[in-house]
Amino acid sequence: MGEFKVHRVRFFDYMPTAIRAMAFNAHTEKLALGRMDGSVEIFNFADHYFQEKVIPGKDSRSIEALCWVGGRLFSAGLNGEITEYDLENLRPKYSLDAYGGPIWTITSNSQGAHLAIGCEDGTVKLFEVLEESIQFERNLDRQKGRIISLSWHPSGAQIAAGMMDMIRVFDVPTGHAVQRLLVDRGFGGSKSRETVVWSVVFLSDCTIISGDSAGKVQVWDGHTGTLVKTHLVTKWDVLALSVSKDESSVVVGTSEGTVIQFQFIAPTLQQQDKEWVRTRTFKNHTHDVRALAEIETAIVSGGMDTQLVVRPLLEKFDERSYASGLRKIHFPHRNLVSCAKKAGLLLFQFPGQLELWRLGESDGHGKPGDSLPLKRKPEKLLHLKRKGEDHICCSALSSCGGWLAYSTMSSVRLYRLQTDNNDISITKVPKLPKVLRSAHQLCFSSDSSKLFAASSQSSVLIIALSQSECKYVHTLKPKSGSRQPIHLMTNSVDGKWLATANSDCEIHVYNVQKLKLHCIVPVYGSCPSAIGIHPTTNNLINVHADQQIFEYSIVEKQYTDWSRKLQKQGLHNLWLDRDTPVTHVTFNPNNPEQILLHDMHMFCIIDQSLPLPDQKTQFYNQMTLRSLSGQERPSHLHAFKICKTFQDLLSVSLLDDQSLVMVERPLLSITSQLPAPVRQKKFAT
Amino acid sequence: MAALYEGFTLCGLVPTQNASDSPIQGIELDGDSDHAVVTDSTRSVTLYKVSDQKPLGSWTVKQGQLLTCPAVCNFQTKEYVVVSDNKVIRVWKDEDLNIDKAFKATVSADVWRVHSAPGGEPVVLFQRGAVRLLDSLLSAPQQPIEDVLSEEEVIRWSTNIVAEKQHFVLFTTEQKGEHFLYVQRLNPNTLQKYRLEREDSGAPPLSFSASLRDKHINLLYLYPNGCVYQSVVAVRGPVELEGVQTLPRSLRLRLPVGEGKLGAASAVALDEAHVAVVGMPHPSARTGKDFLCIWNTNFQTLQAGKEMVGRIHGPVWCYLGKLFVPHGKALSVIPYECQKSSLASALGKLRHAGIAVSKSSVAVPSWNSLLHGDQPQGPAKIVDTRKSKLSRKSQSATALNVDQVLELIKTGPVEEVQREVEALVSRGDAQDLQLSVGQLACHLVARSQAETAFYTPGALAQLVQTQCLCHSVCPDLLLLALEHKDYFLCQLCLQLFPDIPEVVTCACLKTFISVPDGDVEMVSLEPDSVSFMEGLVAAGDRGGQQNGFSPPLFEEDSCDAHHQPKPPQHQDKKNPTLQLEACPVGLHKAVLLNEVLQTAYSDNFLLPHLKDLNAQQVILFLQYLQFVYLKFSQDVYTQTPGLRSPTMTQIIDWLCLLLDAHFTVLVMAPDAKGLLSNLESFVKSQVKLFSELGKIEGSLQELHKMKLSKDISQYSIEVIELF
Repeated sequence: MGEFKVHRVRFFDYMPTAIRAMAFNAHTEKLALGRMDGSVEIFNFADHYFQEKVIPGKDSRSIEALCWVGGRLFSAGLNGEITEYDLENLRPKYSLDAYGGPIWTITSNSQGAHLAIGCEDGTVKLFEVLEESIQFERNLDRQKGRIISLSWHPSGAQIAAGMMDMIRVFDVPTGHAVQRLLVDRGFGGSKSRETVVWSVVFLSDCTIISGDSAGKVQVWDGHTGTLVKTHLVTKWDVLALSVSKDESSVVVGTSEGTVIQFQFIAPTLQQQDKEWVRTRTFKNHTHDVRALAEIETAIVSGGMDTQLVVRPLLEKFDERSYASGLRKIHFPHRNLVSCAKKAGLLLFQFPGQLELWRLGESDGHGKPGDSLPLKRKPEKLLHLKRKGEDHICCSALSSCGGWLAYSTMSSVRLYRLQTDNNDISITKVPKLPKVLRSAHQLCFSSDSSKLFAASSQSSVLIIALSQSECKYVHTLKPKSGSRQPIHLMTNSVDGKWLATANSDCEIHVYNVQKLKLHCIVPVYGSCPSAIGIHPTTNNLINVHADQQIFEYSIVEKQYTDWSRKLQKQGLHNLWLDRDTPVTHVTFNPNNPEQILLHDMHMFCIIDQSLPLPDQKTQFYNQMTLRSLSGQERPSHLHAFKICKTFQDLLSVSLLDDQSLVMVERPLLSITSQLPAPVRQKKFAT
Repeated sequence: MAALYEGFTLCGLVPTQNASDSPIQGIELDGDSDHAVVTDSTRSVTLYKVSDQKPLGSWTVKQGQLLTCPAVCNFQTKEYVVVSDNKVIRVWKDEDLNIDKAFKATVSADVWRVHSAPGGEPVVLFQRGAVRLLDSLLSAPQQPIEDVLSEEEVIRWSTNIVAEKQHFVLFTTEQKGEHFLYVQRLNPNTLQKYRLEREDSGAPPLSFSASLRDKHINLLYLYPNGCVYQSVVAVRGPVELEGVQTLPRSLRLRLPVGEGKLGAASAVALDEAHVAVVGMPHPSARTGKDFLCIWNTNFQTLQAGKEMVGRIHGPVWCYLGKLFVPHGKALSVIPYECQKSSLASALGKLRHAGIAVSKSSVAVPSWNSLLHGDQPQGPAKIVDTRKSKLSRKSQSATALNVDQVLELIKTGPVEEVQREVEALVSRGDAQDLQLSVGQLACHLVARSQAETAFYTPGALAQLVQTQCLCHSVCPDLLLLALEHKDYFLCQLCLQLFPDIPEVVTCACLKTFISVPDGDVEMVSLEPDSVSFMEGLVAAGDRGGQQNGFSPPLFEEDSCDAHHQPKPPQHQDKKNPTLQLEACPVGLHKAVLLNEVLQTAYSDNFLLPHLKDLNAQQVILFLQYLQFVYLKFSQDVYTQTPGLRSPTMTQIIDWLCLLLDAHFTVLVMAPDAKGLLSNLESFVKSQVKLFSELGKIEGSLQELHKMKLSKDISQYSIEVIELF
């Protein structure tokens, strides 16, 4: 197969932000995740937890709580605004001020007709959900002290509100507080501190369960307002609560990073009386668990340590399957790195800035396994801060390294880069065409003569670039009429083809020369996670969230023989069992048989000339091959060559000089940048 | 382990005219777990609060009337039920002051017992074997009662058990010397009859006790010859209506009965492994049968014993962790506790693994060999066979069987007994030996205790060497050997008995320490252990230290300098090696002490007995331990595999125990001062060593880490090869 020179890059200081809120839509099986920087991510749990959409954040926006009403997503934050999101254009649809000071929580009733928000000024405000917007209806009786958490009774007639040192139950029709449940303060030194009822749930049998800053989970009788049971679960705060759909289980998240499950069961066998019993403790987080959702078969949790954890409830599974494994989602399922293959430049995308680096050089040669001496160190050429409040949502670098573009929700900016030896100059291209307002994806053609920008309703704008000006050429529109945003876009080396993929799982191929739609790849049930067009054969390789790989001949408009063979034989189980999607596909121009793929944990070269592995073949066979002699080796080869030397991969690309660039972001360095977790007493410390 | 706690007297007893009768008819539980309803043998029923030893109420029937069945509590209605003059059922409540004014009903047949259990209605068992629920009987008291039993059959004992909502009445009957068990199920009513196997002597069982365990009714019964049998009746088995089956039984215990047969004794099961027995002699106490003992049936070991003052009347009741024993002129309540027993806890501290391996055949009477006929294979066995060949030649037709030898032991002269026992042991095969060795040893010991002139060291040693004996089988053997200064036998016992109680270990230790060296040196001891000790003493100044211990024990650090004046044996402290070489005790004495060091023990039990040693003994023993410790740590000493030797941990454990037991004495004793300061410097050196090791640990771990994460640089250019 051969040797590769690898640039092992670890200087991309990508830092995900903490998870603040979560809302699961059981109907669509989509999870909305709100982060501290105001960004919202949509994960499709029906499609291998694929991160379908990302709505970039904004400096002034904060998210305290998220809430689905049907297919509509609302958030509320400490800026006092309620925001509804436009999930098709990946931007807030509108925001409106609730005039109650910072908003701590938002929740809808089960009928989906009303939203209730809890405000700093002590009011619970009801909003009516209208067709296209929401409208303020009325306030419930104003209380002293802020409203931290809210929960509707499933009937919609009552609301429980968690406050400071107490829980109030409101009668919704009259707006009066009908119950006042006093929550004890913590013991010892924390006696003087107010107890914050961080989270509350109201069950249909009028049981109220609350979690508070004194570390208690308390079960209350909502009819009488009496305390039924107190579980002291932590010395720190109980931050989040989530109840299962059938109300038989409640999970709580604590500051210690534990998730504790309570179940409504009879404490002893044969006994009829059920009570809430603490059953299981999961520790998958190192920091605060701020957001929780108990879904049908799993507990989803997230918090300060930035990772999203899907912890399956194993009693719900009969056999081992994809869904029964523990999932930890650390990295976004899209590229944050662009690579200029000819120039050897890397562009790193952060929410607030872009960084341009030049790779180092080495003229040495070495044996496999060696590190080569560096002739030139990598160099940070540019640190480009974004303008405005909106965070960067996508960026692109042309392969020659002469153009750089990025887009926020409100604007697209294009820069001309000139590098003479060690000097770099950057000029902003003025006067972009008016149509180019924002883009979900950006990419340059391989000869850097065109910029493609994915716009609303899956359309693509083509902008012609030249030294003197840039000019709008055409808008490519899909025939399907899909309104979903494009999340992947690639073009062919010969400049003829452009392929786009959207959240409806559609892949469109356009003929750029004729400026029209060429074909639609047959729609597959799982969302594409990476697409690429082969430089010589112009075959489209698409990899999906469920790990399936297809090769589609653009010219012949049909799947290739290799793809059919692969589908017929099926992929190896070990390949299908991987838990992170392939996020990038690229090719080796010198060896057209080779397809390069990577996910977070591995990098793989598929050699189409070699036989496909069947289920009995040893799949991860690099070590075995290494130990074999040259004569024996060919009989053991198969098409998937997997290298796990590099971990926590954000990007893999092949430069024109045949050297690989691996951008790693070790999870350890992410963890080391997190704030210190709450202090826990361990033994005699 | 099981333990009997300090008991208390619940009430006094009035002796009955007939000495064989118990002054108490029955003790039953009230609804309250702390209450007991005591029915005496004549006219009165008393309710006691047990923990307060206080009567709460008492009811007496009129003069001339007689209570014929113990009062029970109806748990459903909280009423008491008793039968007077066989036919009159009386029911009353707590508040009723006078029993005569309470409800009574006369039934048409003689009642044997009324039984009641929590979770079930009271049932009435008639003398002719019919069973009625109390309620249905009282609704029509004059209903006809059928005869279940035949003419000459009489009920001896009965009880009831509620299992899985199924109510059982169990009763045993006697007819012409044969005993039967009836199991009466209620709702639906079925009756099953079993025949109990006849005991060889033909004697009737002394006591029965039934308990429910794992959906089976376990019946435990005791015969006058000391055998405790257990039979199991399934709660839910197929009910075969016709026919009398023989009830299979298994022998759980064979208790030593001493002379004669048992009179009034009874056994009650405490849990699956423990049985409480009253009216039995204690195996290590010489006289009397007035003991309450708890035996472990799994290991056949005595777990706890207590002498009861006065004559034991027979029955014993067991409720909620308390045993109710009527004895002498009192009814005593004795709390007990049974812990889940494991072999390890039954035998004390686990033995050193090395020894266990080298002596894989060491065995407490092996169940396997008894049950499955596995031949124990061990070195001792081979020796035996060699001997047996020899003796078989010399022995011809005059071979006696076990019973004959047992008879001979009682009267025969020493030489003959010795010869016959040896012959028997060398002849017998494993299975027979297993059973007979214990009996032989017990009889030999009993005779020796009775006649001081009679002592057969050879025979006893041979019996011990069969490895079929253990201390619980013949508890007096070791003490007898000590008494007769038979150190070889002592050594054998210490080596081969896995279950020597700590008190006996201590007695051995005391004897060994205080015996003059001259006495022991003459005795021939087991050669292996002697040669080990010789090697240890000889291993001298070959130099080289282990464990970081260095003879600059007496480092001239400031605090040591204060330990003046040094005792005489530490005077030449500049030459410690010379001083260390002198073993403080003689060779053979050291060998015996080594055996003590290697016995199994539990700290908690050993500690109180260690206090019996006097200061001189303690100091001598400490010096010896110090000597062995120094030898072990100083020399490049390698344990010869297969040789029995104390381990470092055993030595340290004993050092610690001794110091714990006698610390105040040692601190005060002037001649212990040097010793203590020496020991202190051992500890110091060890602590120092460990702190040094602790320091190294950090660096070693760093090395480990460095190897794993070879590069965490921001950027590198590497070459990889894919195949």
